[in-house]
Amino acid sequence: MPMGGPPPPPPQRAPELARFRMRTGSRLPDETFRYAMIACGLSVAVVLGLIFYELVVNSRLSLHQFGWRFFVSQTWDPVNDHFGALPFIYGTIVSSIVALVLAVPLGVGVALFITEMCPQRLRGILSFSTELLAAIPSVIYGLWAIFVLVPILRLYIEPGLMRYFGWTGLFEGPPYGIGMLAAGIVLAIMVVPIISSLTREVLSAVPRNQREAALALGSTRWEMIRIGVLRNARAGILGAVILGLGRALGETMAVTMVIGNRPEIAKSLLAPGYTMASVIANEFTEATGRLYLSALVEIGLALFLVTIVVNALARLLVWSVTRGLPARVHAQ
Amino acid sequence: MAFQRGSMRNKAGARSEQISWMRRFEDHLFTALAVAAVLLVLLPLAAIFADLLKRGIGSINWAFLTRTPAPVGVPGGGMANAILGSGVILGIASAIGVPLGIGAGVFLSEYGRNRFGDAIRFTADVLNGVPSIVIGIVAYSLVVLRQRHFSALAGGVALGIMMVPTITRATEEMLLLVPVSVREAALGLGISRWRTTVSVTLRTSAAGIITGIMLAFARVAGETAPLLFTAFGSQFWSSNINQPIAALPLQIFVYAISPYDEWHRQAWAGALVLIALIVGTIAVVRLVASRGMMKGTA
Amino acid sequence: MGVGIEVESLNAWFGATQALQDIGMHIAPNHATAIIGPSGCGKSTFVRCLNRMHETLPETRVTGKVRIGEMEVYGDGTPAVLVRRQVGMVFQKPNPFPAMSIYDNVAAGLKLNGFRDRRKLDEIVERSLRMAALWDEVKDALKKKSGASLSGGQQQRLCIARALAVEPNVLLMDEPASALDPISTGKIEDLIFQLKENYTIVIVTHNMQQAARVAEFTGFFLLGRLIEFDKTEKIFTNPSDKRTEDYITGRFG
Repeated sequence: MPMGGPPPPPPQRAPELARFRMRTGSRLPDETFRYAMIACGLSVAVVLGLIFYELVVNSRLSLHQFGWRFFVSQTWDPVNDHFGALPFIYGTIVSSIVALVLAVPLGVGVALFITEMCPQRLRGILSFSTELLAAIPSVIYGLWAIFVLVPILRLYIEPGLMRYFGWTGLFEGPPYGIGMLAAGIVLAIMVVPIISSLTREVLSAVPRNQREAALALGSTRWEMIRIGVLRNARAGILGAVILGLGRALGETMAVTMVIGNRPEIAKSLLAPGYTMASVIANEFTEATGRLYLSALVEIGLALFLVTIVVNALARLLVWSVTRGLPARVHAQ
Repeated sequence: MAFQRGSMRNKAGARSEQISWMRRFEDHLFTALAVAAVLLVLLPLAAIFADLLKRGIGSINWAFLTRTPAPVGVPGGGMANAILGSGVILGIASAIGVPLGIGAGVFLSEYGRNRFGDAIRFTADVLNGVPSIVIGIVAYSLVVLRQRHFSALAGGVALGIMMVPTITRATEEMLLLVPVSVREAALGLGISRWRTTVSVTLRTSAAGIITGIMLAFARVAGETAPLLFTAFGSQFWSSNINQPIAALPLQIFVYAISPYDEWHRQAWAGALVLIALIVGTIAVVRLVASRGMMKGTA
Repeated sequence: MGVGIEVESLNAWFGATQALQDIGMHIAPNHATAIIGPSGCGKSTFVRCLNRMHETLPETRVTGKVRIGEMEVYGDGTPAVLVRRQVGMVFQKPNPFPAMSIYDNVAAGLKLNGFRDRRKLDEIVERSLRMAALWDEVKDALKKKSGASLSGGQQQRLCIARALAVEPNVLLMDEPASALDPISTGKIEDLIFQLKENYTIVIVTHNMQQAARVAEFTGFFLLGRLIEFDKTEKIFTNPSDKRTEDYITGRFG
C-alpha cells in the first residue's frame, strides 16, 4: 500500500547500460593481481634469505681460515691478518647486560605506572614521551652522550663509583668517561621505550577480572598488581625484556661513539671496550684485504643469527600472553 | 583503614595492626619507586631536547641550511648537501619500501589468512629485528660490490629494506579493520576481486596506511649505520644516485667524532634539524590521524 | 520485460555442514517473492546462492542449477562477476562505502566497472536516488557528504540506490529493514511496492507481516529445505503443510 509522496519515475532501461552489463571481464586481472600480491609477500622471505646468503658468502673466507676458533680467540690483529671475535662478543654481552640491569626496572616501572597507577590526564603525555624517546635516532643519542653524559661520568659519577664500589673490582682504572659503563647507560635509555611499550601491551592484555579478584580479597594496590597482574603477565614481560635485549645487541651508533673502541677484555666497567656492531661500523670501510673484510662480515653473520633467535624467542613469549594462551612460566 | 585499626585490641589485634602498617608501607614504597622510574626516564628525554635546543639553535641560520661544508679549519659552511642527500636516499628507499610493504600487507590481509600467511608475517617480524648495520652489509654486498663504488642507490636499498616490515604490518592492520560488509557490498555490485581490494578496501584504509608509511619514513630518516658503507657520505653537493652522497645523520656522526670544535657546533645544529624533521613528521601524523577519525563521523 | 528465476536441485554447504537441501522453485518475473523461516533455516544462504555470493566465503560449496532469465548462473562459462552485475543485492546491515561521497557510492557499481561517461553518470545517479526516494534529502550534498554520515534508514536507501544504478534485472534483499526503525521500514516497504513493477524482487524477511504486505509469493524454509512455496495469501490463510502452519501461528521461530 503506497503511503504518500510522489511515485518515483518508472525506471527506463538505458541501452548503454545493457551493453555494459553484459560485458564479461576476463579472469586475468584477478589472477594477475593475486600473483602480484603473493610475490610481494614472498619478497619479504626472499629478502631475509638473501641477507643470510650474502652474509654467508662474504664470510666464507674467514670461516674457512679460522673455523670456530674465531669466536674464542682474543686477538684482533689486522696487520698480521689474525682475527678473533671474543673481545667484541664480550663487549656486546656486557654492555647489553649493563643496559638491561638499568632498563628493566625502569621500563617495567614506567609501564606499571602508566597502566595501573597513572591518573587519566597524564597517560597521554607519558605515553607520548616514551614514543618520543623511541623516535630519537641513535646518532643523536651518541652525540648527546659524548658531550653531556661522558663528562658527567668522568667528573662525578665514575670517581664516586671507584671510591665506594671499587672493592667489587668492577670500577677500576682511570675514569675516562667513555667506556663500557657509558655505552651501557646510553643503551639503557634507548631500550627503555621498547621494554615499556611492550610491557604495557602485555599488562593491558591481563583480563580485568584478575585485578578485581585480587582487590576483592582485600589487597592493597601494589598487592593487587603483584598477584592479579604481574603473575599473569610474567611470560610477556620476560618477552619484552628479551626484545629489549635484542635491540641492545644490534645497536650501533650511540655505542660506537662512547665505548672507546678498544678490542680488549677487561673486568672493569670503566674500561674501554668494543662491540660486534661497533667494530663493523668503525672498520668496515678501512678493511684492507679480503680476509679482514670477511672477518667483519662473519661478525655480522653472528650478530644476525643471535638477534634472530633472541627476537623469535621474545615474540613467542609476548604472543603467549597477548593471545590468551595460558602462560606457563617456571621459575628458572 | 579506621575499621582495621580499631577492631582488635588483644595480641592478635596488635599483630594484625602491624601487618596492615607494613602492607601500606610496601604499597607506598612501590608507588614511589614507580614514580621514580618515570622521573628517571623523563630526565634524559628532557636533557636531550634541552641540549639540542641550547647547543644547536644558535648555529642554525640560512647559511647552515644552504651551504655545503667548508674545508677543515675554515669557519662557516653548512649541511645543505646532507639535507639534499638524505632526501635523495629516502626517496629511493620509499620507492622500494612503500610498494613492497603495501603489497605484502595486502597479501597478508586478503590472501594470507592461512599458514603460509602466518609464516610470512613471522618473517616480516624477524626482518624487523635485524640490526641495521647488518642490512648495511647486505646492501654493500648487493650493490656496492657489484657497482664497485659507493652510491646513494645502495643507501636507498638498505633503508628501503628496513621500511618494509613497518609498512607491511601497518597496511595489514588497517586493511583488517575494514569490515567484511564493505567488501561484500562491492562484490555484490559485480566488482571484481582485485578492483574491490584496490578501489574499495585500500581506499577505505588509505589514511591509516599513509600514517604507517610516514612513521616508517620517520624511523629510517635517522638511521646512520646502514649508510656508513653504502652511501658513504660526501662533502660535496650532489644528487647523483650512482655516486657517494651525504646524509644528515652521517654528517652528524662524522662531525661529532671529529676533533674540531667548529664541526661539533655544526653537529648539534644538524641534530636539531634532524630531530625537528622526525618529531614534526610524527606530530603531523598524530594530528591528522585524530582529526581524520572525527571526519568520518561528520 | 521481466526476468524470472528458475532454481533446480540447489544444494549448498558450509564446510561439511549442509545448509540447503534440494531446493527447487520458480520465481515469477516482476513480482516480489518473500522467503520466510526461523533463524538458521537457510534463507540468507539461499538468496546468496542466487548471485553467487555464497562462494565468497571460505570452504563453501554449491551444486544444482540456477537460471536467471537466459543466464545459467552456475554454468561453466559464466563468470561470477557477470552474474552479480545482473543481480542487485541489499544487505541486512546498511553498508555504504565509508570513504566515498554519496555520489560516488551510487556510481560505484558503474565507475568501478569501467563506465566513464560523466554526464550519463550524473543522470543515472539522480535517477537512482529518486527511485530510492532519497534524492530530495541529499541532493545538495551529493559530493560533499560521505556515505557513512547519513542516518541508518538513509544509508539503506543509499544502498538501494547503489544497487539500482546498475539497472539489474533482479533485486535481492536480505532482511533490508531489520536493522531500521519503523518509519524507515515503512519507507522501504513503499519502495519495494513501487519497484516490483519493473524488477523481480526476492526479499528475505523474518517479519511475516512484512511478507504479507509486500510480496505476492512466499516460500517457507525450515532447516535448509523448502517446505512450501505458494501465493502469499494461501501461505498465510491456508497453508498446506503443518510445519508452515506452526511457524505462521507462532508455535516456533
